[in-house]
Amino acid sequence: MRAAPERRIRVLVAKPGLDGHDRGALVLCRALRDAGMEVIYAGLLASPVHVARMAVDEDVDVVALSLLNGAHMTAFAKVANELKERGAADILLVGGGIIPEDDKLRLERFGISGNFGPGTPLRTIIDHIQQRVRKERWK
Amino acid sequence: MDRTRSSPERPGYIENPSGIPLQRLYTPLDIAHEDYLMQIGYPGEYPYTRGVYPTMYRGRLWTMRMFSGFGTPDDTNARIKYLLKQGETGLSIAFDMPTLYGFDADHERAEGEVGKCGVSVSSLSDMEILFDGIPLDEVSTSMTINAPASVITCMYLAVAEKHALSPSVLRGTVQTDILKEYAAQKEWVYPPEAHLRIIRDMMVYSTKHLPQWNYVSVSGYHIREAGSSALQELSFTLADGFAYLDLGLEAGLKVDDFAPRLSFFFNCGMDFFEEIAKFRAARRIWSKVVKEKYRAKNPKSMLLRFHTQTSGVSLTWQQPLNNIVRTAIEALAAVLGGTQSLHTNAYDEAWALPTKEAAVVALRTQQIIAEETGVVDVIDPLGGSYYLEWLTDEMEKRTYEYLAKIEEIGGILQALKTGYIQKEIADTAYKYQRQMEHGHKLVIGVNAQVMNEPSPISTLRIDENARLKQIERLRQVKKSRDSKKVELALDELLQSFRNPDSNCIYPMLKAVKAYATLGEIVEIGRQVFGEWNEPSLL
Repeated sequence: MRAAPERRIRVLVAKPGLDGHDRGALVLCRALRDAGMEVIYAGLLASPVHVARMAVDEDVDVVALSLLNGAHMTAFAKVANELKERGAADILLVGGGIIPEDDKLRLERFGISGNFGPGTPLRTIIDHIQQRVRKERWK
Repeated sequence: MDRTRSSPERPGYIENPSGIPLQRLYTPLDIAHEDYLMQIGYPGEYPYTRGVYPTMYRGRLWTMRMFSGFGTPDDTNARIKYLLKQGETGLSIAFDMPTLYGFDADHERAEGEVGKCGVSVSSLSDMEILFDGIPLDEVSTSMTINAPASVITCMYLAVAEKHALSPSVLRGTVQTDILKEYAAQKEWVYPPEAHLRIIRDMMVYSTKHLPQWNYVSVSGYHIREAGSSALQELSFTLADGFAYLDLGLEAGLKVDDFAPRLSFFFNCGMDFFEEIAKFRAARRIWSKVVKEKYRAKNPKSMLLRFHTQTSGVSLTWQQPLNNIVRTAIEALAAVLGGTQSLHTNAYDEAWALPTKEAAVVALRTQQIIAEETGVVDVIDPLGGSYYLEWLTDEMEKRTYEYLAKIEEIGGILQALKTGYIQKEIADTAYKYQRQMEHGHKLVIGVNAQVMNEPSPISTLRIDENARLKQIERLRQVKKSRDSKKVELALDELLQSFRNPDSNCIYPMLKAVKAYATLGEIVEIGRQVFGEWNEPSLL
């Protein structure tokens, strides 16, 4: 695949759990959009299956997952598995929320990178997504 | 004054966080328009700017109420007993996410979430364990739950009955405020009209049977945590409060029969004077509107009594010990603002639920303010400050403007259904984040005085077996209960949900006592009312 310079990154922002803390997710949506990406928000209470289905249907480059309720290990991993089962393991997964250090290593094994904690500058997240997409999807 | 005007200043903000432009200095001229008795007055007297009680903390200190809950009911029961022993004076229960959304611990959606953000409750059996050995006639209990608030209230009543207590002696608060769920916390099940109908039934039931029960705690806390300014928190919370007054009136209650039992719950952030002004303006506006628009005669209807929690979002993941200082400053503002009860956050809460040690430091923070600072010795000690009185007026004026705007949209329900409120909050959150990114707003440890050090604290880990334990207990409950009785009770509840003229609390209480589970009861409602989908917020 060749990256046309005008091509825009498509991102699905999702909270795959019982978690109404959407402040970070909504701020991120606005920031990614302002950085020139196409942003789709999965809305609240989307199950991991629903998130994976949306990611495939919407043909996104990246799914940005956010949870602040402590369920990230279960829920993020489920999204990764669901994507794999749909033959969409090439969709990149990026995580964020209240994620302890030990869990970050385990999440990376599922291919979920970033796992940004509170106070992360938006620029850091935007750069991370752009770099991964260029390196892994637009190569 | 001339020297103040002509001297140079260091660069920085000329607006406070709510966007109110600030002068360098305030003088008697800035509050010269004020009529002392009409605007400020005396504590315990209309318009209650200086406090709802005539003696305030000279009469009685605020209730030190620490929000706690995690893991199984057994875990939380042990934590509550520990906090009571440490001098806590009221209970405050946090429920886990499945409970807040009305799912039992064995539901598929509960996987990975049981006991994580609070205690797991699926049936009356769990509530019996949660309150085991706690004298419910002596403590007051606050329960932070909204969509299934009526079910949890019924469980509490059933536990009290097992303790041989009359409902009339029960003191406490159940949050119940569904309007702010659509605005901010986003823990709903049904569309708003359905939840409001159940709340209406609970208002009527409580007015009749629970004279000391605050059945709605109108909450700004979550609106603020979701990103609003203090001004938006104040405006949207009061708009919600007035909507509950309208709901009670529609149910045929008289304002003076139920308004005294509405209570409020506010956030307290870092801008010290703005917060104190917010609390004072809240009392003044509520009393004025309840008196003038709702024609209340009973002074108790006009009292805005409130609980405060220090700001969760002001706490930083970086350099967590600094959070002790932040919480202390916020707690001091809440006390100077005249709060009736207070929860102080623990320094480790940007990381996880608090450890026992961190929760005790938070409680000690309140005790130090109460015993060592002397701020409790004089009522509203900052009253009369030129700046504070001016800012209180300004918050009041701008709140009326917001209320008029909501009115223009067609009321708070319409403003929520169109996403107006949610977008206002998200826009403010984004604006704040951009100020941080550009360095216009500095937070120590985050974008100033940054240190790259490993974390110096250890945090609470929730037992992953909590879910298995809860599923096993649920299995036992379902095995030992009279399933015929459950079925009949649930059917009666279904009929009541279908008939908006009936009061659903009576059959709900029956179902709870028959050990119908939270998930079963909520599901009955789902069959009748359906689910809620949020409007697009992008």
